[in-house]
Order: sequence, then structure tokens, then C-alpha cells
Amino acid sequence: MLVLEHVAMHYQRGRDILPVLEDISLQVEKGEFVALIGPSGCGKSTLFKLIGGLLTPTSGTIWLEGQKINGHTGHISYVPQHNSLFPWRTVEGNAALALEVSGMPRQQALQIAREWLPRMGLAGYEKAYPQTLSGGMQQRVSFLRALLSPQELMCLDEPFGALDALTRLEMQRWLLDVWEQHRRTVMLVTHSIEEALFLADRIYVLSQRPARIIKEVTIPFNRPRTPATMALPRFIELRQEIHALL
Amino acid sequence: MRKFIERAGPPLAAILVLLVVWEIAVTIYQIEPWLLPAPTAILREAIQSHSRLWVHTRATLEIAIFGFLLGAVVGGALSVLLHAVFPPLRQALYPLIILSQNIPIIALAPLLVVWFGFGMLPKVLVIALMCFFPILVAALQGLDYPDPAMLDYLRVIGASRSQIFFMLELPNSLPHLFSGLKVSATYSMMGAVISEWLGAQQGLGIYMRLSAASFRTDRIFVCIVLIVALSLLFFGCIAFLERKLIHWNPRKEGA
Repeated sequence: MLVLEHVAMHYQRGRDILPVLEDISLQVEKGEFVALIGPSGCGKSTLFKLIGGLLTPTSGTIWLEGQKINGHTGHISYVPQHNSLFPWRTVEGNAALALEVSGMPRQQALQIAREWLPRMGLAGYEKAYPQTLSGGMQQRVSFLRALLSPQELMCLDEPFGALDALTRLEMQRWLLDVWEQHRRTVMLVTHSIEEALFLADRIYVLSQRPARIIKEVTIPFNRPRTPATMALPRFIELRQEIHALL
Repeated sequence: MRKFIERAGPPLAAILVLLVVWEIAVTIYQIEPWLLPAPTAILREAIQSHSRLWVHTRATLEIAIFGFLLGAVVGGALSVLLHAVFPPLRQALYPLIILSQNIPIIALAPLLVVWFGFGMLPKVLVIALMCFFPILVAALQGLDYPDPAMLDYLRVIGASRSQIFFMLELPNSLPHLFSGLKVSATYSMMGAVISEWLGAQQGLGIYMRLSAASFRTDRIFVCIVLIVALSLLFFGCIAFLERKLIHWNPRKEGA
């Protein structure tokens, strides 16, 4: 599905060269949930900008379903760090945005968004403006917008980073629920070890900047996962193991 | 209603005090009416000449509205043209547009009269020239600087240039556009009065000039009050329209 081959990214700052990513190679299979985890400021967001096509890597190749997408936009569906909902669009209008961008007529896109909102726990909020919603609700809208997006690969950039601990926990369970029903290919960037362990099939651990992949962990827990998963001895072991790496 | 009294009370009281002091001072010091008429004398004059005033007010309002609308259309269209349709044009034209604002309108106005005569057209053009600039600058600001995270989002999911314009830049510029419209609305009354000084059959500007020539200071004051009131009314209309159109902004108190 998605393959990164020796991708490196250096920023030019005046005369200095600032290496951000150093030789990143990874792959995400179709239907897989992969988490990328690393310390703050290690270049995770840069990695997403590369996959999203906003930046072109200094070297290396990004493949999506066999197609080279270095510097090409429009290939992924995206849940940005700060939900980036459009304040002049209602909840349904925001959810329908990616469909409209893909060329679907507005009415049809709105129709689909309206059908989905109740399944996201957003029934009754169709005509509300996002800025009147709580942070968790806004993130649900942002997630639905990405889910309705026609691109197969969903990239989630610390989607719960701005939420308080309780809402965060609730949203993780919600995301897990939704994902287990729909099984889209997901790439999640996070700096929470527990979040990664709880949600993903596989984890890549990144080092401090310049980022390299220092470990790949395949997560053994069966699905559907429940909060009890987090109490398993193996879960705690893995958490310690990854914690020691960071 | 209570809120209104709380907010509008203090300034209204201040104006009232000022008027009373003015009235008393004029009476005590026996100031000549041609120098400074009392507020009551001004009011009396306004009531006596209301039918004549209406004719002049209507003439002024007419050119102010036409001039403002022309300025708004030109300013809005130019902002889209310079931003989206043909950006290289911007480098060429923007300095010229700024230059146009540095020519004193008083100096330009006689030229417009030479070219277009004493009819409505040169007056409307003067007002439009004053009005389009704040609108253009404000709208461009909104078009040029949308939220970078929202822009990144649209680009990542593959939005085209025109989708970015219609989905992000245009709605983003609306609040800015309205700031410009409000500034221009107040300019338009001023522009109308100035343009009438060039020569007109009727209008508050020419009425003021004639009143000054015959030392009817009370009439000048009537004109000033009318112009201020109309400017405020104009401003209020735009603010009202803004609230109706930009429904997503939670209403800011005192804005």
C-alpha cells in the first residue's frame, strides 16, 4: 500500500543544513493500522507533509500502490493535528468537504454526510457550527471528514493531542470502534505509547531528530480490543520496552 | 433594553451635558448667532426648513450611495482579479493603486469636472475613488492570508486552485471585506459633500457653502448634524448586513 524507501529530509536554513529525517524506510499494508511514535519535535509532522505531498523529500522515494508520489498532493485522506474545521461550514458541511473536493456534487456529498453523522455520535449536530462543539466532538467531525474522503490511506497526525486525558481515552475507544467496523488503512502519528499500543497493529519507533526508525514492534493483542487490553502483562511490558527507547 | 441603556447611557448623557453647557454659555455670554448659534436655535432652523433640507439630503444620499456601490464593486472585483485571476498583474498595478490614493482628492476633483461636467458622474467618481481603496486592501488581506493549517489540509487532500479559492480564501476574506466596507461607508458621505463643493444644483455640500456665504451658521450646523447622522446610519446598515451574512462568527460584544 504505502512504502517509504530511504526517505530523508533536510531543511536549508541559511548556510546551515538541518537534517530532520534520516533514512526512513517503512511500509503500511492495506487494511493495516500502523502507529508512528517518537519524541516531540522529532520530525513526525515533517513525515506527514512528505507523504501528503506538501514537501518533497531530499532523497528517497515514497510509493503509494506502486505509484511514486514524491511531492504529489491528493493521495491521502487526512486528520490534521488541530482539526482544521472550516468555521463557516456547519458540521455536515465540514464532514462533506473532502467529498466535494473529490468532485462530488454538493447536495449528494451533504446527503452522505448526514447519513454518517449519527454513526459518529453526532446526531442532532448537523447544522451546528464546529466552533460551538467541544474538542472531542470537533475531532469526530474531522475524523468523519477523513473517513468519507475517497483516498484509501488515512493519516492521523496526533489527532487527540489537544484533548484532555479523559476525553482522549473516550476518543481512543471510539476510534477503535469505528476502525474495527470499517478497516481503512491507517497511519497514526502520536507521542503516546499507550495510544499506539492500544490502537495499532504495528508500531514504528522513531529516534530524536534527525529521526531514524529505531524499532519496529508488532502488537500481539487480538481484536476487538477493550480497556482490559491495557491491563494485560504483555501490554505493560511492551510499554516499558518502548519507553526505555525514547 | 437594559443592556442598551447600560451601553448607550453614558455617551448620550455626555452629549446632553455638552448641549446644555453650550446653550447656557451662548445665552450668558450673548454670543452672536452667526458666530455660534445655540442648540435650540439649530433645532428650530432644522424644523423650519425641513422640506428644503430633504431635497438636499436626498441629492447627497443619492450620489453617496451610487459612489459607494461603484467603489465597492470595483474594490471587490479588483481584489479578486489581483489575487486569483492574474497575480502578475498585481505587481504591476498595486503600486499604481497606492499612488492613486496619494493624489489629494481635492486636487483630482476639478479635473474630473473638466472631463465629465457638472452632472452626477464626476461626483460619483470622486466618491468611488475614495471608497474602493479600503475595500480592496481589506479584501486582499483576507484572500492572501487564510489559516495555514486549513490551507495545508485542502492541499493535502488534493484541492484545485479554484476549490481553494471558493472553499477557503473567499469565505475567509468576507469579515475583512466588511471592515473595508464600514470604513468606506463613512468615507462616502464625506466624499459626497466634498464633491458637491465643486458645483451642484442641490445637495448638503452646496447648501453648506451657500449658508456659509450668507453667514447662516445655524444652517451649517444643521448640515453637519445631518451628515453625521447619515454616516452613522450608513455604517449601521453595513454592520447589520455583516451580522446577517457572517452568521458563523459568534457575535462579539462591543465590536
